[in-house]
Amino acid sequence: MKETVSVAQLQNICIDLKKNIISMIHKAQSGHPGGSLSVAEFITACYFREMNIDPKDPKWADRDRFVLSKGHVCPAQYAALAMKGYFPMEVLDTLRKEGSILQGHPDMKKCPGIDISTGSLGQGLACGVGMAIAAKLDKKDYRVFAAVGDGECNEGEIWEACQTAYKYQLDNLVVFVDYNNLQLDGTCDEIMPPIDLGAKFRAFGFDVYEINGNDMAEMVAALDLAVTTKNGRPKCIFGHTVKGKGVSYMENQCGWHGVAPNDEEYSQAMAELEEQYVKC
Amino acid sequence: MSETVKKATRDGFGDEIVELGKENSSILVVDVDIGKSCKTGAFRKALPEQYLNVGIAEQNAAGVAAGLATCGKIPFVVTYAAFGSMRMCEMIRQEICYPHLNVKIACSHGGVTPANDGASHQSIEDMGILRTIPNMTVIMPADYWAARKLVRAAAEFDGPVYLRFTRDAIPVIYGENDTFEIGKAKQLRDGKDVAIIANGDTVRLALEAAEALSAAGISARVLDMHTIKPLDVEAVCACIDDIGRIITVEDHNILNGLGSAVADVVAESGKAVLRRVGIQDQFGMSAPYDRLLAMNGITVENIVRIAEELAK
Repeated sequence: MKETVSVAQLQNICIDLKKNIISMIHKAQSGHPGGSLSVAEFITACYFREMNIDPKDPKWADRDRFVLSKGHVCPAQYAALAMKGYFPMEVLDTLRKEGSILQGHPDMKKCPGIDISTGSLGQGLACGVGMAIAAKLDKKDYRVFAAVGDGECNEGEIWEACQTAYKYQLDNLVVFVDYNNLQLDGTCDEIMPPIDLGAKFRAFGFDVYEINGNDMAEMVAALDLAVTTKNGRPKCIFGHTVKGKGVSYMENQCGWHGVAPNDEEYSQAMAELEEQYVKC
Repeated sequence: MSETVKKATRDGFGDEIVELGKENSSILVVDVDIGKSCKTGAFRKALPEQYLNVGIAEQNAAGVAAGLATCGKIPFVVTYAAFGSMRMCEMIRQEICYPHLNVKIACSHGGVTPANDGASHQSIEDMGILRTIPNMTVIMPADYWAARKLVRAAAEFDGPVYLRFTRDAIPVIYGENDTFEIGKAKQLRDGKDVAIIANGDTVRLALEAAEALSAAGISARVLDMHTIKPLDVEAVCACIDDIGRIITVEDHNILNGLGSAVADVVAESGKAVLRRVGIQDQFGMSAPYDRLLAMNGITVENIVRIAEELAK
């Protein structure tokens, strides 16, 4: 059931989540902080408010599914899973280490709570479409929440999946587009101009909710609308986001795509995030 | 063995998948707009609730199937071998084999059987490519009945399976009561002078060659190695130990297919000689099926010639 949690509470959970992201990437000295931070509000709102899940029964057949199509930002999902109790918080310190359940990219066979292994861009959304079709075939109420990157939308398979989502009337599928406008090698406009990415999803038959993707109030409102509008059309929450959101020196910096902070940068990031808690 | 009855193995798939779907509602067909030629028409008609068609979008079909499998479905993605192996290759690796999901890739138009379609549709690399992916099982049945039985075995097996069928009709060599086990070769004939290990549409050539050799006083063991992964290593080792002279025959590139799989075992044993008959690492063209085989030496005469040379 949807949890009764205020926007302010969610904002604070999101700051905890971001601190865990920074902390685990710092410990691992490897990982992708920029995109993990830009997608954090969506992940927080899904895991701590919207999704019908049971951390004690990760494979519960009727659970809502989460698909991290942009799999490289898994520190954000790992933090959420640990905070929900899927595994002990200490496990976060094993990110990317030999023998860890927290692989460099999500592995459903190793990590409880991961509904599909991802990491090769463009592929996760199609899997989410398959899950949403299965729900429809079995006349079940579970929903599928998927996060895709703006750069990831360069991949043709994303659009193949969108066609299928429309054809099979998947109003149980919510796709969050993390439009931070930065890819690995440069800005989206520079690498592959997205033109009007939101309009593309609309043209593929999605209901599109365009929001500030780092604003929790807007995120919650968009999710509420997306999951209650049962009109046979798949949903897209098109989030304008800031890569590295919450850590000043990472914000809008392409260089923080896949680099870990050093000790000094780590301390600064944690101090900055500490300042962002709001009064509930 | 009857030479008169010929059937395409894609028809074996088409007939069996309907039976399987009726028995188990979790079995789904995921088509990519070539269902008619892959023989899913009867399934689509009989079981519309279990039938999906995601359009000409193979990569997405693989992903959708993976997602369905995580929810307890047993999807068969149905396409041509060239697309089901190569267009979908990385999706099969990442989303199906890596998480070991219960998805079947069922492909018509294997080898040079889509003869007049030309090189774009002939699939000579698929089994080799897929057998290098961990967790994958790779199968090519030798006739209509083998196709039916192995499709059923694949449905009952928990994990990814690649099935390869012929577009063209090939002789029916088995009966309805023959049994098949994934990973277990079928010995169709025993002999002491040479072993011929074949699969798919070339098994019938191996049998004809053995017949001709017998008339010339050479006895040949013939194995139908329908599963090239996991390979029936025991059966290959028996050929090495009992006979020591092996010929592989396949409607696939001699690189990485059945011949290579057997060569791995032979080389490690250091105890047998091996000759590989198959596509000579070259693309095909629009031509009659038998002509395409002949251009690559995949003929009864060539198998006989090589066997005689080895048996000397």
